[in-house]
Amino acid sequence: MTTLAQRRRRDRLTVLSFMAPVLLGLLIFLVYPLVASVYFSFTTFDLVNPPRWVGLRNWEHLLEDPNVRTAATNTLWLVVVLVPARMLGALGTGMLLARFKRGAGLYRTLFYLPALAPPVAATLAFVFLFKPGTGPVNTLLAEIGIQGPLWFNSPDWAKPSLVLLGLWGIGDLMIIFLAALLDVPKEQYEAASLDGANAAHQFRYVTLPNIAPVMLFAAVTGVIQTLQYFTQAAVAASVASGQATTGGGISSTFGYPEGSTFTYPLWLYVVGFRYGALGYANTLAVVLFVVAAAVTVVMLRRFRSFL
Amino acid sequence: MRLAFIARHSIAIALGVMFLCPIVFLALTSVMSNDQSLTANLWPTSWHPGNYIEVFERTPLPRYLLNTALYAIGATVFMLLASVPAAYALAKLRWRGRTAIFVAIICMMMLPPQVTTVPLYLMWANYGLTGSLWPLVLPMLLGDAFSIFLLRQFLLTIPDEYLDAARVDGCGEWRTLLRVVLPMARPGIAAAAMFQFFYAWNDYYGPLLYTSENESAWTLSLGLASFRTLHAVEWNIVSAATLLTMVPIVVVFFFAQKAFVRGVTLTGVKG
Repeated sequence: MTTLAQRRRRDRLTVLSFMAPVLLGLLIFLVYPLVASVYFSFTTFDLVNPPRWVGLRNWEHLLEDPNVRTAATNTLWLVVVLVPARMLGALGTGMLLARFKRGAGLYRTLFYLPALAPPVAATLAFVFLFKPGTGPVNTLLAEIGIQGPLWFNSPDWAKPSLVLLGLWGIGDLMIIFLAALLDVPKEQYEAASLDGANAAHQFRYVTLPNIAPVMLFAAVTGVIQTLQYFTQAAVAASVASGQATTGGGISSTFGYPEGSTFTYPLWLYVVGFRYGALGYANTLAVVLFVVAAAVTVVMLRRFRSFL
Repeated sequence: MRLAFIARHSIAIALGVMFLCPIVFLALTSVMSNDQSLTANLWPTSWHPGNYIEVFERTPLPRYLLNTALYAIGATVFMLLASVPAAYALAKLRWRGRTAIFVAIICMMMLPPQVTTVPLYLMWANYGLTGSLWPLVLPMLLGDAFSIFLLRQFLLTIPDEYLDAARVDGCGEWRTLLRVVLPMARPGIAAAAMFQFFYAWNDYYGPLLYTSENESAWTLSLGLASFRTLHAVEWNIVSAATLLTMVPIVVVFFFAQKAFVRGVTLTGVKG
């Protein structure tokens, strides 16, 4: 006969046997680096010299660092434009697909495929497509009498070009929205149309309330992803600038043209791994953490139910 | 009604063309001569499929492919070993601190990788593992936050009755997981595995961070990003190389489309 206390202990050991690797993972890859970042943000060091305490110097530097201002502005621009653009695009295509009874599968595959393209490959393809002189897009625009902009080579058009690249890959978001749209109970639409609601009213009072949680979740994860925006900006700048860079040397072209694609994570990478200013890089990391944490808190509050 | 039908299909076809045409232009350019790829001509005047062979001659593409495959497969297998049991404990066992740990996992999932980059880089440098892909594969042995999240959401949909039946038959929790839950959770596991695989396959930031100084450890993404700049204006060769890196992923997708679509759907959590 086992006592209750013995059984409790055995249950705890069972749970531990399932969770032990992940608990260790949380300590090593979440708790430790966060604590270390905060400490390092008050120090100065590089790969050769050990950390030396400098108090608030990094934080003072952060406030007057013009690169932080450029990078943060660009990242904010992307959050404000890229995230809503992708969501609207995905909602539009999702609503279109939801109306098909047959043929939806083929269209769905077609719309989804670009989302699979590796970001480096997709970015290369777009820089080629939007090449100012002889690229297919400007060639086709010229056919109908429009002189296309310089796209990835223009400080004004580089970020909008990245948005187009982001729209090309909305497939995964579209599938999430499509599933949510198909989940809306048919009876609600029927009841609404019996009450004389037109299409716009049905969207406003039936569709939107039903898919709002899915959209909010997508918005939050979209913002988090955009805060990390790195690959497309790095590759587009390097390729459009036409300079020969390999491996880590790619950072010499970050932000081309004129800093217009210079995002916050790019600056963090340059500070840490090109300038080797590891203390200051951690200061930048702590700021990114605070922003991401604030966004996450918003999500956790709204999505209590799935905990 | 008929008009609406035609309108819907016209819009869908137009959109389909827009989604496809970047690939089509790329494919056409990949078989052009170098001179022609620099002109505004969209259709090849002469055909040069040999460009694809040239990609292999000029780059260690098989090497990149092997590295990418090792990274993607290693990360996926390691991730599953740790994440499936953890997701089970989070979805189906009751214990104190469960919610707190789940919140911690969500926080880790939402954390931009750049936040922890410097301390982790220093840690791996200490062990002499920078310059290889190990810093990206080994952590998976301790689970992956997003995969745990996804697997947990899936396991929640399995009714407890099946588990209780197994327990009444005298199965311990591990046996219940292996004999009863695993077979039922196959679609969820497939989706999580595929996400991990695609993430690693497409990853650029990780390999750039850890292997940029050691070309023998480069992945396809890193090789491709550098390839363009080595062959500055040869858009035909670049197009061929770009398409080649897309091929494996499209093949995997067509073999596992159903599981994948189901998995993507699973990521859109309802409140």
